[in-house]
Amino acid sequence: MTAGAIAAAVAARKLSAVEATEAVLARIAVRDGVLNAFTDVTAERARAKARAVDADIAAGKPAGPLAGVPFAVKNLFDVEGLPTRAGSKINRDRAPATRDATLIARMEAAGAVLVGALNMGEYAYDFTGENIHDGPSRNPHDPTRMSGGSSGGSGSAVGGGLVPIALGSDTNGSIRVPSSFCGIFGLKPTYGRLSRARSFPFVMSLDHLGPFARSVEDLALAYDVMQGADSEDAACTTRGPEPVSALLSQGVDGLRIALAGGHFQKNLFPEAAEAVARVAAALKVTDVVDVPEASRARAAAYVISTTEGASLHLDRLRTRPGDFDPAVRDRLIAGAMIPAPMVDRAQKFRRWYRARVLELFKSVDVLIAPATPCIAPKLGQATFVLDGVELPVRANIGIHTQPISFIGLPVVAVPIPLEPMPIGVQIIAAPWCEHVALRVAHALQQLGVAAAPAPRGVLENGSRSA
Amino acid sequence: MAEPLDKSWDDYIDAVGRALGLPIEDAWRPAIRANLEVSLKMAKLVDEFSLPDEAEPASVFTV
Repeated sequence: MTAGAIAAAVAARKLSAVEATEAVLARIAVRDGVLNAFTDVTAERARAKARAVDADIAAGKPAGPLAGVPFAVKNLFDVEGLPTRAGSKINRDRAPATRDATLIARMEAAGAVLVGALNMGEYAYDFTGENIHDGPSRNPHDPTRMSGGSSGGSGSAVGGGLVPIALGSDTNGSIRVPSSFCGIFGLKPTYGRLSRARSFPFVMSLDHLGPFARSVEDLALAYDVMQGADSEDAACTTRGPEPVSALLSQGVDGLRIALAGGHFQKNLFPEAAEAVARVAAALKVTDVVDVPEASRARAAAYVISTTEGASLHLDRLRTRPGDFDPAVRDRLIAGAMIPAPMVDRAQKFRRWYRARVLELFKSVDVLIAPATPCIAPKLGQATFVLDGVELPVRANIGIHTQPISFIGLPVVAVPIPLEPMPIGVQIIAAPWCEHVALRVAHALQQLGVAAAPAPRGVLENGSRSA
Repeated sequence: MAEPLDKSWDDYIDAVGRALGLPIEDAWRPAIRANLEVSLKMAKLVDEFSLPDEAEPASVFTV
């Protein structure tokens, strides 16, 4: 059931929140042995919350828009009572969080029921969904493949039908990459749109939080209840909520849509090109616009990420280097060694690039670009061959997402259900225009071009089918 | 791809490691060097792009 259908059934007392929650807990118990999406299942908390939702409805109180809807969060969100591990070993020694992250509190205020915390790449510095401490979260369509990172558990849990909604974070692509690999919808809102209060950071000037879902309506439902100012996140907007759910069915008439050219049409496997072509054909889009210096934008995002990440973790690198995933540690140590003027130049380039791209949005409303260059690679795969050149997988998965998040643009990743594996496409809009990207995503869903395929990698009895 | 950083870069890695108070074990150096090579390649790509003296950084990005 979709989140919207669960909430409607719970509000109408055709289904109780407790029943909806128990069904999800049972599904997690059966399927998560294969997917490894969850690191914590907060069953008792979930049952208590579900009972409270049912009691409120029985008492005649208005049901929230997410009444009884189970959801889960990447384990970098503070969950009261759990140490916020952020995919690491080191953070397990932290004191348990005393308060939920703002976005969890807002989801639960709308009636949603938190059922657990999700696997992720260590400290979010990852595009694979692999984790040396907790094991990899697995792709729901083929468990021998990556879920994508760093919000791998979020992609796996929603793609695998364990929960209708999950929350994750996206610094350079960590919502859009798992959405692409796992065949689901993901929203990376405008930088500053959703509060990051009480979530573990990676790169403060690039970190975004956002939802995953199996339909555009569910994505919008979650997004709408999470909006709003929050003085506890310095970057959070002071704009009031701008709900999008009622706008989804406005269609795409009047929108100027173009394909992102140049950088975004290079380094693509045929599947990625096919996915973009299907979207373009469905929307009858033929215009191609060049996004100036997008390759350099990706490089600058890389530099800022590795240096800010190194700064964040410097004390842990000094005192507990042996407790990191060695691959993450060595990347962060190298990041600490980038000469400072190069970082300053990356930040100056960022402002220049932002001005150029905003100029571009005077003549277009939406840009279409691939979400990933490829379908989900095999777990552990280190390289792929593209245009005859062998390239490292990890560093190249985010080449099309990084130039977009670099300047905080809102993006909906839509799943194109190719066989045998799905792949995502980015629907990119101007700052604060999430509703525009979501309208296009909704139109693609209505046309049958974008859809979250049923999980094929895990059978009802919990065994692998692949 | 950029030229691989040769072993002379280990002196740089050790010196910056000392400046930052980072312990660096011998076994980690090849991987750190490989990562540094990628990061410096990216940084060089940005460095090569000419901007006016008046260009302002976007350290905290606002839209």
